[in-house]
Amino acid sequence: MANQPLWNQLVFYFTHNGMYLLEQFGRHFLISFYGVLLAAIVGIPLGIYMANHFHLGDFIISIANVIQTVPSLAMLSIIMLWLGLGVNTVIVTIFLYSLLPILKNTYTGMKNVDPNTIDSAKGMGMTPFQMLYMVKLPLAMSVIMSGIRTAMVVAIGNTAIGAFVGAGGLGDLIIRGTNATDGAPLILAGALPTAIMAIVTDLVIGLLQKHFEPTGYYKTEE
Amino acid sequence: MATAKEIVSFKDVAKIYRGRAAVTDVNITIKEGEFVCFIGTSGSGKTTTMRMINRMLEPTKGTIIFKGKNIKKYDPVKLRRTIGYVIQNNGLMPHMTIKDNITLVPKLLKWSQEKMDQKARELIKLAELPENYLDMFPAELSGGQQQRIGVVRALAADQDIILMDEPFGALDPITRDNLQDLVKHLQETLGKTIVFVTHDMDEALKLATHIVILDGGKVIQDDTPDNILQHPANNFVKNLLGEERLLQAQQDTLSVGDIMSKNPAHITLGKSLSEAIWEMSRHHVDSLLVTDDSKKLKGYIDLETINDHYAKDLSVSDIYANNLIKVRANSYLRDTSERILKQGYKYVPVVDSDNTLIGIVTRASLVNVVFDAIWGKDELENPEDANLPASITEGSEKA
Ligand SMILES: Nc1ncnc2c1ncn2[C@@H]1O[C@H](COP(=O)(O)OP(=O)(O)OP(=O)(O)O)[C@@H](O)[C@H]1O
Ligand SMILES: [Mg+2]
Repeated sequence: MANQPLWNQLVFYFTHNGMYLLEQFGRHFLISFYGVLLAAIVGIPLGIYMANHFHLGDFIISIANVIQTVPSLAMLSIIMLWLGLGVNTVIVTIFLYSLLPILKNTYTGMKNVDPNTIDSAKGMGMTPFQMLYMVKLPLAMSVIMSGIRTAMVVAIGNTAIGAFVGAGGLGDLIIRGTNATDGAPLILAGALPTAIMAIVTDLVIGLLQKHFEPTGYYKTEE
Repeated sequence: MATAKEIVSFKDVAKIYRGRAAVTDVNITIKEGEFVCFIGTSGSGKTTTMRMINRMLEPTKGTIIFKGKNIKKYDPVKLRRTIGYVIQNNGLMPHMTIKDNITLVPKLLKWSQEKMDQKARELIKLAELPENYLDMFPAELSGGQQQRIGVVRALAADQDIILMDEPFGALDPITRDNLQDLVKHLQETLGKTIVFVTHDMDEALKLATHIVILDGGKVIQDDTPDNILQHPANNFVKNLLGEERLLQAQQDTLSVGDIMSKNPAHITLGKSLSEAIWEMSRHHVDSLLVTDDSKKLKGYIDLETINDHYAKDLSVSDIYANNLIKVRANSYLRDTSERILKQGYKYVPVVDSDNTLIGIVTRASLVNVVFDAIWGKDELENPEDANLPASITEGSEKA
């Protein structure tokens, strides 16, 4: 029954600060998105390169693994020392965290393309570049997408922590809620949309991933 | 020149991997329109040899000439677009429709969409599959259907040579048989040159016009199927062929002269009928071949006819029948035995090139050969039996 007033307070907050909330929601999403985008821009080509020069593969992935083990709050602090307070610090942190799943999945996706398919594509006269964009990437796409999916969900969580270095976003509401004497509704107002954002993003990228499924079954149903 | 132009030739080619030779001393010439089978046990270097043709592998030593030019002078990518390529396990692109798969090389060659559509329809027909398959994905087709697409895809850009590496190895025997018929048909009707890797001798003998036998990275024998069957180079080849096939082959090239009886009962035109009867009883037969004085075959005469027309003053020339079939001594037994066994002739006289009677092939001697083929060749050299056949002998006993 104690939830009842909290729920009412939450609804009250949503109706009266709707604009602000929406703004923070968008900001939160964009911070995560930019971080992951940056990681994709770096990670996908690097993953492709690693797959072609596979002796580098294990080495680079172990570096990315080490990065992953640093707690996000510690990472934020370390990067803050370098970039100072603000949104850039959070984006760089998210970039570093997203790199591993994207890199790993690109590498695995490229490596898992059936060697028979590659052999026959080459034997039919594809250039290495044609092979990449006509065969390897389309076939690895669903695995790469699942890496991006993981990265994106983790990033949305980490962006919330990013509010500590003044980046804004829904984490801002949570921090203010923890500082306020009666902050429960405020915390929920930040946490609930964050969770929803993570779930919806997960679902949407999941659908996208299915679309890229290499068997082709899904495309026939369109 | 136009009929037998060289399309690919290997000159002292070797491929060496870290000091270990995969193939060495390869000298092969492939002519246009040939169906070449590379055959050998696993690891003998068939794939390696074949893949050097489209530069999927580079020879360590030696040169390969393709259409009159050293293969190294070609851009590998452009070269491969002119050479069809079919591999064993579904080289189809799983993410592309059948149509996109078929027109992949045309697309690389930047054909117009219209031309590609037309080609796709043409080839799906060639593959004997319905046109609506063009919009399906490979995973929706059976293994055999996929490989049909794989085969016709290799023709999409009018490639005149096609490389196939054990393309039907993963298929069941009936499907394999159908696909073999398909490629054989393509080679024969479209005049394609096909280089076909297999380890199945039946497949090679069914398809090839030219067989290259490899063992341990070396070419052991390089010849037509007939010549290989007749003259296997060594025991390895003999084992590869198997006892049964060798025997079969031997039978296939046995000539009529090899098994005929050399002294057929015969009589000359001028003899009287009583002399004919005496001759028959002497040989225990009921009919005689009739020749003239210089032993040229004229016809035959049998006991029944003599009975019907018997008169003291008639001679053989008055009543003999001249409607008989005969065979030449150098014709193949395989062509003759059909005729004799199926059409029920009791015997067929054998003549040389100027119609001189030199022997006779009887049902009995044919049956001997067939039995030899079934039970082993030990007694193959025995048909020096009676002058005239058992069936005729029987007839005389009744008389
Ligand atoms: N990339 C490679 N590195 C080292 N050795 C190789 C390589 N490719 C092939 N070989 C060796 O070369 C030899 C010939 O191989 P190849 O693939 O041509 O045999 P094959 O006749 O096609 O056999 P199979 O019937 O099993 O396909 C083998 O001994 C193999 O081990
Ligand atoms: Mg092989």
